[in-house]
Amino acid sequence: MPVDTPLTDERIRTESWIARLIKRPELGSIAGLILVTVFFLITANSAMFTLSGIMNFLSPAAQLGILAIGAAMLMIGGEFDLSIGSMVAFAGMIFGALVVNLGLPLIVAIPLTLAFAALVGVVNGQLTIRTGLPSFIVTLAFLFILRGLTLVGLKALTGGSTQLRGLREATAQDMLAPLFSGEAFKGLFAALARSGVIDTFPNGTPKVPGIPVEILWFVGLALAATWVLLRTPAGNWIFASGGDANAAANAGVPVRKVKTALFMFTAVCAALLAIMQVMDAGSTDARRGFQKEFEGIIAAVIGGCLLTGGYGSAIGAFFGSIIFGMVVIGLTYTQIDQDWFQVFLGGMLLLAVVFNNVIRKRVTGER
Amino acid sequence: MMQDSKFHHGEAATTAPIIRLEEIRKHFGNVIALNGVTFDVRPGECHCLLGDNGAGKSTFIKTMSGVLKPTEGRILIDGQETTFSGPRDAQDAGIATVFQDLAMIPLMSVTRNFFMGREPTKGRGLFKRFDHRRANEICVEEMRKMGINLRGPDQAVGTLSGGERQTVAIARAVHFGARVLILDEPTSALGVRQTSNVLSTIDRVRRQGVGVVFISHNVRHALAVGDRFTVLNRGQTLGTAVRGQISAAELQDLMAGGQELAELEGSLGGTI
Repeated sequence: MPVDTPLTDERIRTESWIARLIKRPELGSIAGLILVTVFFLITANSAMFTLSGIMNFLSPAAQLGILAIGAAMLMIGGEFDLSIGSMVAFAGMIFGALVVNLGLPLIVAIPLTLAFAALVGVVNGQLTIRTGLPSFIVTLAFLFILRGLTLVGLKALTGGSTQLRGLREATAQDMLAPLFSGEAFKGLFAALARSGVIDTFPNGTPKVPGIPVEILWFVGLALAATWVLLRTPAGNWIFASGGDANAAANAGVPVRKVKTALFMFTAVCAALLAIMQVMDAGSTDARRGFQKEFEGIIAAVIGGCLLTGGYGSAIGAFFGSIIFGMVVIGLTYTQIDQDWFQVFLGGMLLLAVVFNNVIRKRVTGER
Repeated sequence: MMQDSKFHHGEAATTAPIIRLEEIRKHFGNVIALNGVTFDVRPGECHCLLGDNGAGKSTFIKTMSGVLKPTEGRILIDGQETTFSGPRDAQDAGIATVFQDLAMIPLMSVTRNFFMGREPTKGRGLFKRFDHRRANEICVEEMRKMGINLRGPDQAVGTLSGGERQTVAIARAVHFGARVLILDEPTSALGVRQTSNVLSTIDRVRRQGVGVVFISHNVRHALAVGDRFTVLNRGQTLGTAVRGQISAAELQDLMAGGQELAELEGSLGGTI
């Protein structure tokens, strides 16, 4: 005897597309990006939105974004990693030592560096899972441990200095170097310059020689992370682990493996950034990545990640990072004192958290 | 109200049980949680397990669902003696449990919850992906069978009522091949209307040949849908009654262990 249930429930209004849009986690960051763009279109020197100006702010945005996407994935999975900033310095030291002190080629040094980072990720993950302590505390410990190890290690490697030099010389001839440093599509940009599409210096070379590789990595990572989150079973497990680890485990989701893998991914993102920064600068420094863990998490939160986990998006973190880069660099194109940046940062974070909270209530229908 | 019900009732005594637990004992150190519990479930019946708080209901469910190992006693599946080394073993044998927390995540869509941990995929290698379209179709269809029309498969579980969530959890268990469905106090936190929805869901599931174990301390809910009733008191089964052979008052007495409640009931004028 099938029970007749009406096909529509008269108590629920049909949703407009706006109402549906508002429930997307990345909406806040897109709105923020539009707001910030309009602000700088009005206040900033027009040079900011030329091709070279855009590359100027996309480059730091991309560097932060590589961290932020990792942080966002981990936050959706319900955990934090405060050690990613220190991880940048630590991985930079490991990479420097492998390349300069041991003279290894990049094809060996890069996988080894990433493996080292992944190992630290496993330690963070296992400690968090096994002790049941908040990851906030466990990774706060590693914020200091990794920073300290980097200082001690660099001094041991260099005989007293906290900087290790000579990376550019060691990697300049390496086949893999163009993947991690410099600009891509140089030929294309040169051709565009010859045909007059993009601006050139008086000697005919383009003002923008190519797209900095970190931007390509940033876009690639954002797309890959979005694919995993929205289109794969693993994505479902990440949302489930962050939403309610106990319920997810009862339903057969391998929560521990998921979380450990996310800690590894976050650490590997930090190491990837370290490799690119170190190769670009030609040296590694113990202060690299200082306070980047906070900026990464803030970009993820601006991108719609809930602090409690289970909700958010990689695309949101992508836009959150661009907002960041735009403000950091954009203020130099205005008359505004650059130190307003930190004020802006805090304000943006507060606004994002309040906004996300409202969104969460709408999604879950809480009143 | 208990004699009559709109539900069909299974022929309790005719078929062989899917799962049978005999003389189950469970000790935690010097605490005896279960002291000889015998219980079985036949296909297409609803067997109610009644007991007051502390009677050992939770321990017994955990034993049946493979979470705990009994200290003594036998578990038989289709007449074959078995041991469960974990919840997975029990699930593989077709024993599904819907715990009170329902294993549902409010922020996730109904479909994502429905297939959590068991996502259908298409493609292979790097392109192996969550088949959203098929998942959505199955989910909407299964929910319709249970009498719930979703606004959309992407509706968040948090927007569903408690009864609807319970139904999603039940539909999920049945879809993934449950032969025995253990429901841990499914009606305890629900209102009148939602309770009746869940009870009719139990009825639908039973009709499909699934054996339902309905755990409750509410005699009215149990009598409304149950075919057999087993009362658990202080870690022991006090016997099993077939529908129509026992009254609500008798069940209530058995659960409470008899006389004290009778005295109480006198002073309260029969209100519990």
